[in-house]
Amino acid sequence: MSTATDLSAASTQPVTVDSILPSAATSATLITAPTPPGPPLWLLAELTYKCPLHCVFCYNPVDFAQAGPELSTDDWLRVLREARAAGSVQCGFSGGEPMLRDDLEVLVAEAHRLGFYTNLLTSGVGLTEARAAALEQAGLDHIQLSFQDSTKELNDFLTHTKTFDLKRQTAAIIKAHGWPMVMNCVIHRMNIDYIEQIIDLAVELGAEYLELANSQYYSWAELNRDHLLPSKEQLGRAERVTNACRARLGDQLKIFFVVPDYYETMPKKCMNGWGNVFLTVTPDGLALPCHTAKMLKGIEFPNVHDMSISDIWYTSDGFNRYRGDSWMKDPCRTCPDKEKDHGGCRCQAHMLTGDAANADPVCDKSPHHRHITEAVAYAQIPDNQRTVVKPLMFRDPVNSKLQKLAGLEINSPSIHISQSKASSDKDLKV
Amino acid sequence: MNTGMSTVLPQIDLQVCPRVAKMFKLQWEDVQQCWVLLYPEGMVKLNGSASEIMKRLDGSTTVATLIAALEQDFGAADLSADVLDFLAIAQQQGWVKA
Repeated sequence: MSTATDLSAASTQPVTVDSILPSAATSATLITAPTPPGPPLWLLAELTYKCPLHCVFCYNPVDFAQAGPELSTDDWLRVLREARAAGSVQCGFSGGEPMLRDDLEVLVAEAHRLGFYTNLLTSGVGLTEARAAALEQAGLDHIQLSFQDSTKELNDFLTHTKTFDLKRQTAAIIKAHGWPMVMNCVIHRMNIDYIEQIIDLAVELGAEYLELANSQYYSWAELNRDHLLPSKEQLGRAERVTNACRARLGDQLKIFFVVPDYYETMPKKCMNGWGNVFLTVTPDGLALPCHTAKMLKGIEFPNVHDMSISDIWYTSDGFNRYRGDSWMKDPCRTCPDKEKDHGGCRCQAHMLTGDAANADPVCDKSPHHRHITEAVAYAQIPDNQRTVVKPLMFRDPVNSKLQKLAGLEINSPSIHISQSKASSDKDLKV
Repeated sequence: MNTGMSTVLPQIDLQVCPRVAKMFKLQWEDVQQCWVLLYPEGMVKLNGSASEIMKRLDGSTTVATLIAALEQDFGAADLSADVLDFLAIAQQQGWVKA
């Protein structure tokens, strides 16, 4: 969630600053050939797919209900040790809802002992005083609290009732233990008009940082894209409101606003480069270069049961597949900006064009860019003027099994393309 | 997160006792062969001189004493401008609290 500050431009500074945030391009390390990459600085440990929420923008795979057995405590301890030895410095405990693992404190303690900076990404559900005390004891460095906006509870969320009471309790617990209050709220078509209320809620809860991240359209959010992609007018208003709040609040609350890449013409440098800094381990042990790469066809990603983290990072086919630029096709191959964006997001290219090696269609040089512009055009149609309305697909085990039954159709790129022609758009959350 | 706050560099008082800010962890990274500063979801790689300054910030040593110690350890004549410049940036970035 950070943006990098590049001090190298400021003449006499005795420091260099690197961001290891996947979303933040920084002083670019130009990756032109599959030369040995740097270490996997960021380890995201997705401890479980279990979750009390049913967010329609969730980036967990739509077939999560088919995942294999969760890694054991010992498996995770080994993963932590191997990743740390390979140079990982940031460890994020995520999910699903990581609080549902009752060995979370054990894993945090070991990560802390190993020298990780430990981050917990949670909805706050299950973060009782007793567990917060245990997590502080274990050395947890940081909690990112997400707003419990799963849309089923949207009205409740916006009217500060049950959600607000829960969040107030959770915020008090976080503050009492000395952690900074870092809040994240996924923004989408259905809540973006309430952005001032969301900001006010963050202020009321005493947040110091608030990330308003427009949903990105992967997994569940891709299924629900039509419901999630805001109109240009909505987006413009939200940015104006956010800027006015920034001016009003000053240093009291630092607000980050992430626009949906569908409104861009240059793709994001996804994950700060494939296999560059980021390594995700899924609840069943699959090692991925990003949260959603499992969707890519024709790549066998390694499992931590079968391979060490170091081998996964440096030698596996999955992690080497899109390093460097030898895999690129036109227009990326000959593009003067290829070092800046690495051709964008491989998953988005796969979803919208059927080939992960194509340019991310967000790029206006992509021959498939119309999939984006059509989605954006559809987003301008007011809800009450839409003729075909697909039901919202809530992220839950039952729907997940249904997605698996739909199987090939759901995952077929051609189906995706026809869907985006008919309607379109979604957001992504990281 | 970007912890940078303002664009104006703060003035550093020679008598204050800076420390590494609470949210940050300073440590040596063997794999990278450098000192780094870790914060929520981010990392700053420090070069040699920045590391030497940051390592000495314990919350009870004044800036004046710090400068004198560095000058003695490195046999340098006048490091105060460099140290003050760095501390101003470090404070502006939120890495250091005076």
